[in-house]
Amino acid sequence: MSFNHVTEADLKYFEELLPGRVFSGEEISTDYDHDEMTIYGHYMPEAVLQALTTEDVSAVLRYCNEHNIAVTPRGAGTGLCGGCVAIHGGVMLSTEKMKKVLEVDVKNMTATVEPGVLLMEFPKALEGTGLFYPPDPGEKTATMGGNAMTNAGGMRAVRYGVTRDYVLGMEVVLASGEVINLGGKNVKTSSGYSLIDLMVGSEGTLGFLTKLTVKLIPEPKVNLSLLMPFDDLDACIGAVPAVLGCGCEPTAVEFMEREVIACAETYLGKQFPDTSADAYLLVRLDGASVEALQPAMDQLTDLALSIGAKDVLLADTDERKESIWNARGAFLEAIKGSTPEMDECDVVVPREDIPAFVRKSVEIGKKLGVRICSFGHAGDGNLHIYACKDDLADEVWEKAVEQVMDELYIAAKEMGGEVSGEHGIGHAKKGFLAESMGETQMNLMRGIKAAFDPKGILNPGKVVG
Amino acid sequence: MRILVCVKQVPDTTEVKLSSEYTLQRDFVAQVMNPADESALEKALALRDQHGGTVTVMTMGPARAESMLREAITRGADEAIHLTDSAFAGADTLVTAKCLQAASEMGEGFDLILCGRRAVDGETGQVGPMVAALLDVPCVPNATDVRLENNALVIDQLTEAGVITWQACFPAVITFCEWSHHLRLPTLMGMRRARNAQIRRVTAQELGIKETGLKASPTRVVRIHSRPVGVRPCQKLPVDEVLAALVHKEVLP
Repeated sequence: MSFNHVTEADLKYFEELLPGRVFSGEEISTDYDHDEMTIYGHYMPEAVLQALTTEDVSAVLRYCNEHNIAVTPRGAGTGLCGGCVAIHGGVMLSTEKMKKVLEVDVKNMTATVEPGVLLMEFPKALEGTGLFYPPDPGEKTATMGGNAMTNAGGMRAVRYGVTRDYVLGMEVVLASGEVINLGGKNVKTSSGYSLIDLMVGSEGTLGFLTKLTVKLIPEPKVNLSLLMPFDDLDACIGAVPAVLGCGCEPTAVEFMEREVIACAETYLGKQFPDTSADAYLLVRLDGASVEALQPAMDQLTDLALSIGAKDVLLADTDERKESIWNARGAFLEAIKGSTPEMDECDVVVPREDIPAFVRKSVEIGKKLGVRICSFGHAGDGNLHIYACKDDLADEVWEKAVEQVMDELYIAAKEMGGEVSGEHGIGHAKKGFLAESMGETQMNLMRGIKAAFDPKGILNPGKVVG
Repeated sequence: MRILVCVKQVPDTTEVKLSSEYTLQRDFVAQVMNPADESALEKALALRDQHGGTVTVMTMGPARAESMLREAITRGADEAIHLTDSAFAGADTLVTAKCLQAASEMGEGFDLILCGRRAVDGETGQVGPMVAALLDVPCVPNATDVRLENNALVIDQLTEAGVITWQACFPAVITFCEWSHHLRLPTLMGMRRARNAQIRRVTAQELGIKETGLKASPTRVVRIHSRPVGVRPCQKLPVDEVLAALVHKEVLP
């Protein structure tokens, strides 16, 4: 794959098109040369362009397609697998200035946003409507566009599903510069191939998202968080099928270990509200009222007794909930802060295999001398497993971490799992994807890529490229 | 070890109204457990978890205070006693202490009595020490911690000069500083226990106390008024000028 470099003439064209929103050379902040996982390398784009409108995006893509210049889409740069990093240089096209919530349609229960709206900003637009956007990825400074293009998951997926389940419509610019509208405000459709479903999770390799219409649901009035203490992780994760099966309809089921909680306590400078156990299952229930949730709480109490849990702690006030969820929300940053470098594996396995997989990851870490930390969405089988460098020498670490990752992905495949539950493939996990999918499926994906983007200028080197 | 924790239900706000008798109007405001009492309850539960025994919570107050006692059971208290009788209405600190003392001596009695150092509504800080005096047992107020060493109590007491560590024999009364211990989370099994728990209600007659309530109380509140919050003149100065000003005012040598 070879692309043309960005020339002075190109910059001049871009500057006329996007006055004051073109950066090149020294003007480009080093923030743009990586995402949240610096272990996957630093790559500087030759130019960063900030789009404001669909027309901007269309003109830039048309020009780059004609001049064979690589285009890397960029939201907030909070990805974890190098998806928005310009590994082939060229142009980085940023949505950071496309931040308008265009419409909240209460009657159709939809909202239409520009791709650069941050996940943390979006709820403000829904205030007073009684409506709610369920996807809940941990990274709240991520963009809605980035969420859609990576099919981000999050903690509430157990009950509500992932970003894909809430994408109803998309305005997308193709590599040629043509603008297409996929889906709309319709609740269902059986109208040909679902291009919108190809676009969701495509990581910008098939098109550039410029408008996003999402589905909203009525906001649950109350929520409670329950913390189930267990003597060890095995017992903790072993309880997940029973929790999911007991009829309490949890919104989120997360597992957490003492070691990771301790990292979060140090990171936040705040104590976790319980110290009695080594492993916890955190369960969230949503409902119309506390009374309506009573049967679910009763089911969980009976369950806790029958599986030998000591008790179930209840967080029913905002303060108590925050003390738990803030800790949970800080895990990634806390683990990052506990070690100079780390690599991550975001596999998803059938739920029944979670305990086996976590056990396996601990074994692999022990065997190869690498500290392994894990937490994750016990309720949907999506695990976040971190290999921490700590004080290992560079050469030892580089070799060991490669082997850890290889073995983790092999183990996941053996259990019928997949490479990424919610973070995506980017360029970092491409090899693992190819191995897991096999040649036939990879060729189908490459064919789809070629149909959308014949010259391969859109986010080259990612997913299948 | 039998531990008694005396708790009080207080309004969950600083905006409280006074009646014509200058007692607090407790209606129409959310009611919570006094924060310092929460510290005492947590410490009692921790001592029981470590050394065995029972934790009994007791309050004197109107019928609605029962919800607080049930809440204490959801956190792990073993049993609850509710001193409730219209005759108690308007009791001052001394009469309250007499009632608590009498109740604490019913049945087997207690090895250790813990309570908050003061309640956010009255701020007197008297009831705990008064109960100790009436029982004629040692009292350490303003504690931040207590532990058992060689069968004796070792208590850290917060003072303006620092922490004093006391040793005391059983039984004793210890009053705890607010925020010294964060009360544990309620539990679902605790909720189930609390729903079915029998709370022992005790009247003035059962305590054998004839004179109680407002009329038996020697305390007379003559006047309570709220002071308007003034605005102090404030200056921003560089550090050396601040130091010079403090030396000038003889705050610093």
